[in-house]
Amino acid sequence: MAAAVRISLLVLLLLGPGGWGQAEPPRDSLREELVITPLPSGDVAATFQFRTRWESGGGQPWGQGGTDHSFLRYAVLPREVVCTENLTPWKKLLPCSSKAGLSVLLKADRLFHTSYHSQAVHIRPVCRNAHCTSVSWELRQTLSVVFDAFVTGQGKKDWSLFRMFSRTLTEPCPLASESRVYVDITSYGQDNETLEVYPPPLTTYQDVILGSRKTYAVYDLLDAAVVSNSRSLNVQLKWKRPPENEAPPVPFLYAQRYVSGYGLQSGELSTLLYNTHPFRAFPVLLLDTVPWYLRLYVHTLTITSKGKENKPSYIHYQPAQDRMQPHLLEMLIQLPANSVTKVSIQFERALLKWTEYTPDPNHGFYVSPSVLSALVPSVVAAKPADWEESPLFNSLFPVSDSSSYFVRLYTEPLLVSLPTPDFSMPYNVVCLTCTVVAVCYGSFYNLLTRTFQIEEPRKGGLARRLANLIRRARGVPLL
Amino acid sequence: MGLLSDPVRRRALARLVLRLNAPLWALPVAWLERTMRSVGLEVYTQSFSRKLPFPDETHERYMVSGINVYGILRAPRAASTESLVLTVPCGPDSTNSQAVGLMLALAAHFRGQIYWAKDIIFLVTEHDLLGTEAWLEAYHDVNVTGMQSSPLQGRAGAIQAAVALELSSDVVTSLDVAVEGLNGQLPNLDLLNLFQTFCQKGGLLCTLQGKLQPQDWTSIDGPLQSVQTLLLMVLQQASGRPHGAHGLFLRYRVEALTLRGINSFRQYKYDLVAVGKALEGMFRKLNHLLERLHQSFFFYLLPALSRFVSIGLYMPAAGFLLLVLGLKALELWMQLHEAGVGPEEAGGTSGSSPPHPPTQGVGLASLMAPLLVSQAMGLAVYILPVLGQHVAAQHFPVAEAEAVVLTLLAIYAAGLALPHNTHWVVSTQAPDRGWMALKLVALIYLALQLACITLTNFSLGFLLAASMVPAAAVTKPSGPRPLYAALLVLTSPAATLLGSLFLWRELQEAPLSLAEGWQLFLAALAQGVLEHHTYGSLLFPLLALGLYPCWLLFWNVLFWK
Repeated sequence: MAAAVRISLLVLLLLGPGGWGQAEPPRDSLREELVITPLPSGDVAATFQFRTRWESGGGQPWGQGGTDHSFLRYAVLPREVVCTENLTPWKKLLPCSSKAGLSVLLKADRLFHTSYHSQAVHIRPVCRNAHCTSVSWELRQTLSVVFDAFVTGQGKKDWSLFRMFSRTLTEPCPLASESRVYVDITSYGQDNETLEVYPPPLTTYQDVILGSRKTYAVYDLLDAAVVSNSRSLNVQLKWKRPPENEAPPVPFLYAQRYVSGYGLQSGELSTLLYNTHPFRAFPVLLLDTVPWYLRLYVHTLTITSKGKENKPSYIHYQPAQDRMQPHLLEMLIQLPANSVTKVSIQFERALLKWTEYTPDPNHGFYVSPSVLSALVPSVVAAKPADWEESPLFNSLFPVSDSSSYFVRLYTEPLLVSLPTPDFSMPYNVVCLTCTVVAVCYGSFYNLLTRTFQIEEPRKGGLARRLANLIRRARGVPLL
Repeated sequence: MGLLSDPVRRRALARLVLRLNAPLWALPVAWLERTMRSVGLEVYTQSFSRKLPFPDETHERYMVSGINVYGILRAPRAASTESLVLTVPCGPDSTNSQAVGLMLALAAHFRGQIYWAKDIIFLVTEHDLLGTEAWLEAYHDVNVTGMQSSPLQGRAGAIQAAVALELSSDVVTSLDVAVEGLNGQLPNLDLLNLFQTFCQKGGLLCTLQGKLQPQDWTSIDGPLQSVQTLLLMVLQQASGRPHGAHGLFLRYRVEALTLRGINSFRQYKYDLVAVGKALEGMFRKLNHLLERLHQSFFFYLLPALSRFVSIGLYMPAAGFLLLVLGLKALELWMQLHEAGVGPEEAGGTSGSSPPHPPTQGVGLASLMAPLLVSQAMGLAVYILPVLGQHVAAQHFPVAEAEAVVLTLLAIYAAGLALPHNTHWVVSTQAPDRGWMALKLVALIYLALQLACITLTNFSLGFLLAASMVPAAAVTKPSGPRPLYAALLVLTSPAATLLGSLFLWRELQEAPLSLAEGWQLFLAALAQGVLEHHTYGSLLFPLLALGLYPCWLLFWNVLFWK
């Protein structure tokens, strides 16, 4: 009993300041949502999105004509692996931190038990009206995780919020204007439902996401009926018919990147671009940044699809400068329908200065992933929606026209080993000894082979010659 | 360590083993794919085909085509930049099915763990090493040996280490570890140390070259046994053939070794759980690696699992052997110098001017003929047997493989007739100078070759140096010629190979009779040629194009008139 009282006190304290400061908290500042997508393999993907906006002081930050491209910068740190150190500051950006709302579920030990983890912060200016006379800033935080049925589910395919996050939802964030949970209940192939959610959703939402029609069960936390029934919301998924162990459906566009060749002198960077669409070709913008210590040979750039050469319609290449800037290669490539396109370019591994090696040089050096941007044709025509009204996850991949959707893909980073000197102690000893021996030997050799001669003094300067002339004239012995 | 502790998994393993023990003539690709997928791996297949240059009679194959199956266990939250490989090479029959079962059980166990930082590739290759070679070439997108294979669909970054597993029988009483790879390459010693650690930890009986570890170092038996092991390793490494599927990984700078479960008919036997635990331990250790294995030795000789001879100790031996050639060459050079300068001194020019050009020019011209002819002979040994196999098989009652070997030997023997053919170019004046110059060139040629070989494959270099150097140093056209000739023939590369075979079987305690030895010799020649064409092993071209012509030069010197 005592414990319960203490907890309720705590809650009062937490809620307190908000209630005192303003009678009506500004509820348009935060939108939060969680999308749960059960995959046929038994895995479950969960994506959190939090969006806040605030008014900027001035007018337009970047002129009427859009972005000035000379200010565009792109940087990658391919080595970084996301861990709890990245999650904690990320959570602190949320208005409710992890105290209320959907962020209650963000428990580090569960989130890092997953097979996939992606965390992002987007910040951008947004026009508030059609003429863009006033601008507000938008901060959007996304977190996607995939729970693995094999590892975390112990092979079971049914899921619940509690099972995934070991928490349930109790209340919305008081600052949120929208707080929703979407569960993908699209049936796979068959007419009848393959998936059952509990509690039964009050509303459903249908839309075209990434080119295919999806149905979502919606739980609105601001709707008192959702939470108040059992004081907490624990969404459960049950597969009515367990899906068979089949290879997952293949997306229309995917890519692979690898280093080919062996040895420490040269190699080849290959990127395979797969277009699995049965009948439509589409262009892809490929952006590659390669560190300077891989010296690219641009004349070896070959792009082949279906055994034929594929000429890119646009190439932008900025060569690297040693220790200053990496190679930048940007190409627009048309991918034929149902094909694999191979983009390959040869490189040579440069020798670094010995202080430029990382503390673990034998680990290898990372090459950042290629970035693919494409408008992928969709199966179902989507109607351009009003982004303000539609859920947040919908606006992550904006649809420009009804026939295609935008996708940005990152390939895997590469690990390339460079020729590494042996930094071990014997090597240093050998180097030092060789230097000492060389110095000693050089000077000794010099000393031994040099022949010493006593140099005769020179004939003398002008004064002496003059003196000698006079002496000769006088018949006195010369100097 | 929950491996196989629960009855479900153990039953599954038993089922696998039963299924795999059924007579199989091809890899059950569909079944493997299904099983790997049900375990939760990303499964891919790769088909390959290869027409060998001539039929391989030892393995009974000629036109080879097969399918490799591999499953990738993706490390959670990692970007697939690094991977480890567990490979099981399967032969034409189901000899290695136990290993496939163990691999699948390990895959199922590994899949449930969350600590993996590197992807793990479980690879089952058909036609043992040919499949491994095809897979490795496709993985690195190179074509070294003319293998036709389909491109790989799935990759997992840079391979950091690999373990090949072979369980030849149902009963495993000891684990043998093989390190010698293609062209005598060795994995980093740390990988072997890792294996040895888990051997001791699991209380497994581990052997090297099939020999038990000597326990008693104080009496004569221990060191004697380790000398035997050492010699076996030297012979194995000198052969330049991969001593297991791991040998092919070394070319791509992947540290690898092969574990062989062997039934050596001892009373204590291990179940697969013990082997699996050792493997699990090794993989977990390798998983923690921050860098490639590089701290320990890459060049070593092993007298026992826990002891090694470092490069600093054994290299001087080879160095001193080669010094003999150098000194001999120096001596010849000085003799030539004196012979050239002596009469010229009367001419009255200063002593520092070079020995007179006219005789030197004649000497060089007379050297060109034997040099060219012997090199051409080497080229013939290298090219003709494989090229002319059909012609030989048509005209003689032999199969292609036999034809290749016999042609090889015939050309090799025909080289001995050479000295008689080069006599017409030799200048009649100063015959001594002629053979001295030829021997000088041959000595330097031999020394250079042996030095280069010793640097890359010490065992081969040392064996060749130990056999060829004495004969090369003493050979001269005067003196007891038949004795020299016998000595030279006995130390020719082919005779060294034959001798090594006898020594090898002697050390393995399975001595050969002469007829068996001859059969084994022919088989070894065929294998050597085949391995050059299929895996890119360098022993055959080295002997045919480098050492055999060089040896012919000495033969020439001996029969100089």
